Amino acid sequence: MAAIEILGLEKTYSVGFWRKRPKCALRPLRLTVEDGEIFGFLGPNGAGKTTTLKMLMGLVFPTSGTARILGMALDDPKMKAQIGFLPEQPYFYDYLTARELLKYYGQMSGVDAKQLTSKVDKVLARVGLKDAADVQLRKFSKGMLQRAGIAQAILHDPKVVFLDEPMSGLDPMGRREVRDLIEELKSEGKTVFFSTHILSDAEALCDRVAIIHLGELRRVGAVVELTSSVHGQVEIVWQGTSVPAALKVAGAEYHMAGDTIRVVVAEESQEGVLDVLRRERLRLISVTPVRVSLEDYFVTQLTSAAQEAVTS
Amino acid sequence: MNSRILHIATNTFREAVRDRVLYNLVAFALLLSGAAVLVGQISIDIERLVVINLGLTAVSLFGIVIAIFIGIGLVSKEIDKRTLYTVLSRPVKRWEFIAGKFFGLAGTLVVNTFLMAIGVFAALAYVSQHFQSSDASVLVALYFIVLQFVVITALALFFSSFSSPLLSAVFTFSLVVIGSFAEDLRGFAKMTHGITRLLATGAAYLVPNFSALNVISQVAHGEAVASPLVVYNTAYALVYATAVLSGAVLIFEHRSLK
Repeated sequence: MAAIEILGLEKTYSVGFWRKRPKCALRPLRLTVEDGEIFGFLGPNGAGKTTTLKMLMGLVFPTSGTARILGMALDDPKMKAQIGFLPEQPYFYDYLTARELLKYYGQMSGVDAKQLTSKVDKVLARVGLKDAADVQLRKFSKGMLQRAGIAQAILHDPKVVFLDEPMSGLDPMGRREVRDLIEELKSEGKTVFFSTHILSDAEALCDRVAIIHLGELRRVGAVVELTSSVHGQVEIVWQGTSVPAALKVAGAEYHMAGDTIRVVVAEESQEGVLDVLRRERLRLISVTPVRVSLEDYFVTQLTSAAQEAVTS
Repeated sequence: MNSRILHIATNTFREAVRDRVLYNLVAFALLLSGAAVLVGQISIDIERLVVINLGLTAVSLFGIVIAIFIGIGLVSKEIDKRTLYTVLSRPVKRWEFIAGKFFGLAGTLVVNTFLMAIGVFAALAYVSQHFQSSDASVLVALYFIVLQFVVITALALFFSSFSSPLLSAVFTFSLVVIGSFAEDLRGFAKMTHGITRLLATGAAYLVPNFSALNVISQVAHGEAVASPLVVYNTAYALVYATAVLSGAVLIFEHRSLK
């Protein structure tokens, strides 16, 4: 069973005061996230990521379409007891301490009263807030609030965790910890659906990603699928102090660093270059297929979307 | 009461306490003790009347201010600060949230009124040295004041479910003022004819009848409050508050949180 099935969710807002005009925030979206996946929902600001998440959480009502989480409808309380949600830039009841906040959310999620205290203590330790457990949230930094947000999202041991920009506001150490935490959640068999525009995080973590732009889904697939096979180029690195004359092919750029030389050539030129290196008795260090980074792929998708918009 | 409503109500009460709402008790205590001392020195035989009048009016005014200014933010503040997102993404129904908020603020006002009531009776004991059987009517007046708070809280919550805090304050305050003259409005409606009478009567019965819930003057003069009025006012306040809360739920159930 798919963990999340989005079946044509669409959202159109009315804008303007007197003469209302429709503004499409999300075109009909169809997407399936499998059980146990880490799924990245990528897009620039204003792409429709948060709108999608809000609709999945039942905070915003779709104009049309529906979705199912764990096979249940979006307004099913049984389903809601099995999901966790971290909103973007979370803000909590700042008059509460972290411990009180988590107890409150635990009670709302139906966590057994006998287990609540130990669960709260465990999750506080897990997100690194053990020492700040009894400090009021109004004294928390942005990064600490983000940790409290993650804690409330996982406190009740949900099967599916939705994280809206989970790395936002965190320092490099904090980001690393959240990445580790997301991987831990996966190893516990949970499904993680997170939106982000920090592509390196998505590239490092996600089994699959979806790219959304201007409310429209552009691509879905495994990161490797999306980023490989694009160029058909290889990078060849060898040891040497100068480029052999036979290798000075037109268009290829050689980069020298110390006693290593690096060149990127088309796959069909690979054997020719290797032959020259063998003849010249130069020491080969590596031959690596060139993969476009997720960032490059993302930019390409957005650029083509913009061009399509201009031509249409 | 289901447990989620209870938790939301408890949290609303805790917010009010931590935001120092109950500090109004200090101002109330100062006002009442000052008045008791002053009245004891300058009035002859009307100490009780003055203390009861002043005490109950102060209880009413302090409570109305709290009901309006906290009530108008009960929903809109949670939307603005996005604290609602992490609540409604849990197995909490929207009507439970509204009910929890209502009971939380109503509970705050009951506790506040209870503590103020102790102050009123203390001042009464100070100026007259003893209690009379007619003082039991003061309890009835306090009960009616609580019923007013229940209705005002429901109104503030209703407006908070769809408008900004400023507009909610204006609407709620206007209804409190108009509702204080509800009996006059009903009398005025009877003097009109035709369609005007229909409209005026509708409006007069639509606004909350706070004048029926105000027996301060009557009690201050030592007059008893009739039992049927207690039953009528209780039923009226509960039905009115339930109707208004149902409206709030109906609106909030269909509201997208941007």
